[in-house]
Amino acid sequence: MSAVAVEEVTKQWGETRAVDGVSFTAAAGSLVVLLGPSGCGKSTTLRLIAGLEAASAGRIRIAGRDVTHLPPARRGIAMVFQSYALFPHLTVAENILFGLRVRKVPAAERRRRLAKVAGLLGLERLLERKPAQLSGGQQQRVALGRAIIAEAPVCLMDEPLSNLDAQLRHEMRREIRALQQKLGMTMLYVTHDQSEAMSMADQVILLRGGRIEQDAAPAALYDRPATAFAARFIGTPPMNILRSADAGVLLGIRPEDIVLAERGDVAARIGAIEYLGADSTVTCMLGGETVLARVQGRVGLPAGAAVRLSWPRERVHLFDAATGRRLDDTMSPPPAAAQELGERVAAAAGG
Amino acid sequence: MRRFEPQIQGWLLLLPAAVLLVAFTHYPAVATVWHSFFSTARGGRAAQFIGLDNYRDMMDDPVFWQALRNNAVFALGTIPVSIALALLMALWVNGRILGRGMLRLAFFTPTVLPMIAVANIWLFFYTPGYGLIDQLGSLFGLPEHNWLGNRDTVLGCLIVVTVWKEAGFFMIFYLAALQQISPVLGEAAAVEGAGRWYFFRRVTFPLLMPTTLFVLVNAVINSFRLVDHVVAMTKGGPDNASALLLYYIYDVGFRFWDTGYAAALTVVLLVILAVLALGQFLILERRVHYQ
Ligand SMILES: Nc1ncnc2c1ncn2[C@@H]1O[C@H](COP(=O)(O)OP(=O)(O)OP(=O)(O)O)[C@@H](O)[C@H]1O
Ligand SMILES: [Mg+2]
Repeated sequence: MSAVAVEEVTKQWGETRAVDGVSFTAAAGSLVVLLGPSGCGKSTTLRLIAGLEAASAGRIRIAGRDVTHLPPARRGIAMVFQSYALFPHLTVAENILFGLRVRKVPAAERRRRLAKVAGLLGLERLLERKPAQLSGGQQQRVALGRAIIAEAPVCLMDEPLSNLDAQLRHEMRREIRALQQKLGMTMLYVTHDQSEAMSMADQVILLRGGRIEQDAAPAALYDRPATAFAARFIGTPPMNILRSADAGVLLGIRPEDIVLAERGDVAARIGAIEYLGADSTVTCMLGGETVLARVQGRVGLPAGAAVRLSWPRERVHLFDAATGRRLDDTMSPPPAAAQELGERVAAAAGG
Repeated sequence: MRRFEPQIQGWLLLLPAAVLLVAFTHYPAVATVWHSFFSTARGGRAAQFIGLDNYRDMMDDPVFWQALRNNAVFALGTIPVSIALALLMALWVNGRILGRGMLRLAFFTPTVLPMIAVANIWLFFYTPGYGLIDQLGSLFGLPEHNWLGNRDTVLGCLIVVTVWKEAGFFMIFYLAALQQISPVLGEAAAVEGAGRWYFFRRVTFPLLMPTTLFVLVNAVINSFRLVDHVVAMTKGGPDNASALLLYYIYDVGFRFWDTGYAAALTVVLLVILAVLALGQFLILERRVHYQ
């Protein structure tokens, strides 16, 4: 039985459909990331599951129970908000204990759970402080503490790390993942940061315009993106999408699959080189199109130099130009033999 | 010498403001205290230093005690009710309700009206026989009542008018404070299962404490300072039943021209206000969370 099941859920505000017939399930004990660009309906989906918004249509089940019309407190969820939503006048301890006090958990039990949570999150020495006396990362931990002390089976998080600096975000990412696995929680995690999604998730649900673009494990999302949009959303720099000779087909090649070589299939010219330390992003002009290539270390060539590009045939993705959908899933055999692909690109690029 | 120049400059810059402050605030205050130790000059007899005699007279003055008692009743009658009402109205119009803009305006209107206008409106309400209250009462077969002419009801009537006038004003402060409270806090509490009352008690009310303190200090000061409606509606009558302290000072000072005694009364009023304000700050400060 899945911990959370969303069935054909729609949320409408007047004319706008923030969430449009979304269905997915989250397995118990898994970390599911809702990913997508700004305004795609991630927060709304999460808030529908939390019960902070009422669904216009569809059903939501948590642990097999239909909770569509239940208030948040009776859904068996905990939530971490983007702004943390700590009570500014209460101490860290009181913030964490807020829910237990509401539910009149006995004092001894409260103390035991507070000690456990504080230990887990390293908050022991901050318990008497007010939120204003904490750093952003510490506030984040308190919000996390308030969520996990409830011991709710499902934890919802809306961009919990977006207010932290890059370094801390990295640390907290690992910490949250470790905590989730240690406590065996089911976690629904909203982010617009694809690297956060890829590194933390068991399952990624990519949203676009209120609909699910793809629902898959991170590796599957990367290896077999279901649409051109998914292909470009995952990975940095994003996948190159090129027109092909066959007007109905788009070709996708990841920058990291492209090799700059003396002897390659396609002639190109270097436009710009962005050195990033471990690797460099090379912008190549391929006739009228721009292709990004990611190569290791430094590139010893000047801008404007002629290079040849090549890539493994099996790393080429094909998409329907009209719908954006992946082609080799829907058509078999593939529309073009692998050997032809290089020539197709070359022909399309005119070079 | 050069070293003092910036300081001299600073003092010179302060001078105009300081002169105004001294001339119109500090000097009159000190002068009032000074005058309270003198008798009032009358018909060729100059004012004489009489020490604490004015204060001794005050102890034996039944009207002073009556005014003080009235003022205490007036303060206790107006302050808690107007603050509670202000908070209730603010909570109500802060919610997502239909026509809340109109409601806010309606609640705020009494504040905008001058007290004299308010007094006139309420004079009509209270008029025996054809006033609004008696007309409504007559629908239910209640007898006529001279609301302002009766010792037992006159102070209550003034309290109602004051609450009506003040609550909307205080509501604005509460409304502004409520809008500062992030709605996410409410959502976080809802996820934890806190009901509306619990959330108000544990979160909203404590977060409104700075506003409550501010409003409370203002309400206390107003309850000793506001006498326009007494002048317009009752002139302290009947039989001093609605005489408030400041109104009595006005009576003594400007109708009986006993300026020495009026000065002594004023000093007492100032001391009462200072003690009350200080007490509120000292007692409540510890319980107020400032953001
Ligand atoms: N209360 C509301 N009333 C009307 N429209 C809303 C409301 N809340 C959200 N929307 C709309 O619904 C859409 C989805 O919003 P949502 O907040 O779910 O996006 P998001 O994916 O969380 O974006 P972000 O990454 O910027 O937080 C947006 O177009 C937004 O304008
Ligand atoms: Mg959002």
